[in-house]
Amino acid sequence: MRPMKLTLTGVQKRFNRRTIFQKIEIEIRGPGSLAVVGRNGSGKSTLAKIVAGVLSPTSGSVQLELDGAVIPRVERYRHLGFVSSYLTLYDEFTAAENVSLLEAMRSGITPLPAAVDALLAAMGLEARRNDRVGTFSSGMKQRVKYAVALVHRPPLLILDEPTANLDFDGISLVKRVTARQKSEGLLLVATNDPQEANWCDDRIELGKE
Amino acid sequence: MNGASQIAAVVRKDVHSELRNRYAINALGMFVLTTVATVLFALRSESPGPAPLAGMYWVVVFFSAMSGLARVFVSEEERGTSLTLQLTTSPGVLFAGKLLVNIALTLLLTTAVTVLYVIAFPTFELKTPEIFVLTVLLGSVGFAASATILAAIIAKANSRGTLYPVLAFPIMIPLLMTVMSATERALSGAPFGEAIGDLQVLAGYCLIMIAGSFLLFDHVWTE
Repeated sequence: MRPMKLTLTGVQKRFNRRTIFQKIEIEIRGPGSLAVVGRNGSGKSTLAKIVAGVLSPTSGSVQLELDGAVIPRVERYRHLGFVSSYLTLYDEFTAAENVSLLEAMRSGITPLPAAVDALLAAMGLEARRNDRVGTFSSGMKQRVKYAVALVHRPPLLILDEPTANLDFDGISLVKRVTARQKSEGLLLVATNDPQEANWCDDRIELGKE
Repeated sequence: MNGASQIAAVVRKDVHSELRNRYAINALGMFVLTTVATVLFALRSESPGPAPLAGMYWVVVFFSAMSGLARVFVSEEERGTSLTLQLTTSPGVLFAGKLLVNIALTLLLTTAVTVLYVIAFPTFELKTPEIFVLTVLLGSVGFAASATILAAIIAKANSRGTLYPVLAFPIMIPLLMTVMSATERALSGAPFGEAIGDLQVLAGYCLIMIAGSFLLFDHVWTE
């Protein structure tokens, strides 16, 4: 397994004059996992976005190292998968098209239809692969988001409220995904749910600084 | 090689989306038809000369572009897919892809306006076609480049409908003045050498806008 490490050093985030969190220090070495817990408004989703590189910290730094090399922030998207209920897919595209097109934009390589089919089947969506995502329920859309996040087998997987909108089978699916991810790479779960937090080996609580 | 494939994927995504939704094409098409018809009815049997024709041509292109080119980023913001894009591609790749889409849309727009003007106005004769073709090509790239970065800037704003043309006009004034001057020369039958200065200005505008936009886009796109 390739060496990997996620390090947050002195991370602080302020919006206007309101400090969301400060002095966040995290180190996860692969394989490993961390749950980010805290009350509503403590900044769990904000921290997840900062780790993903789509939001800048007010101060501090985030480093993702793979094979001993630091991945620049602008390249971090290639090496991570991100799932959350507030992520939006393209309603006018089918499930298969969403996975294919988004992966082609990420890597420059269109995945083979067979690979996309296998992934959607693993998500329980084989019968709906050619249906437009706009016709899907929120739980089905969440499953497509997992397919998009996992198609490139990312070293780092970030899940924000991972079982939101999912039924019992979906929750079991996510449990398998997290178990595999934390044994092969890095897993970060932002959650209010104690059961989801228990899937991770370690945890940090926001709002207690 | 990878970057080029990623950019192609961004273009492919937008083209497929547009073919299914037809938002931009319908908006541009209706705007062009409406404005050209309005100009035609207003002029009735009058035959305007090269200068007013050049001005009317680019006015239609400018306002049609304002109605359609902002969608490349505004639509992503409106339906919440901006975060999805931030998580799947780099700012440089995304901007390049969106720019190419807007260049294609602008070329489609200028082609449509040209055809309509040739049909509607007997005095709209391309007496020096090489000047006209180069002007339209460079002008389209210039419009697309400025429109794309402005679209990214205003996409998150509240009153983006008003803000967009207000921001666009001062930035596009040099472009508008130059394309109108070059187009007038093309319609008057001026020799190619007389338009070299205008074409150089257009090429310089395109280079500056594209280079500046690439440098600026990362700061605009990432919070």
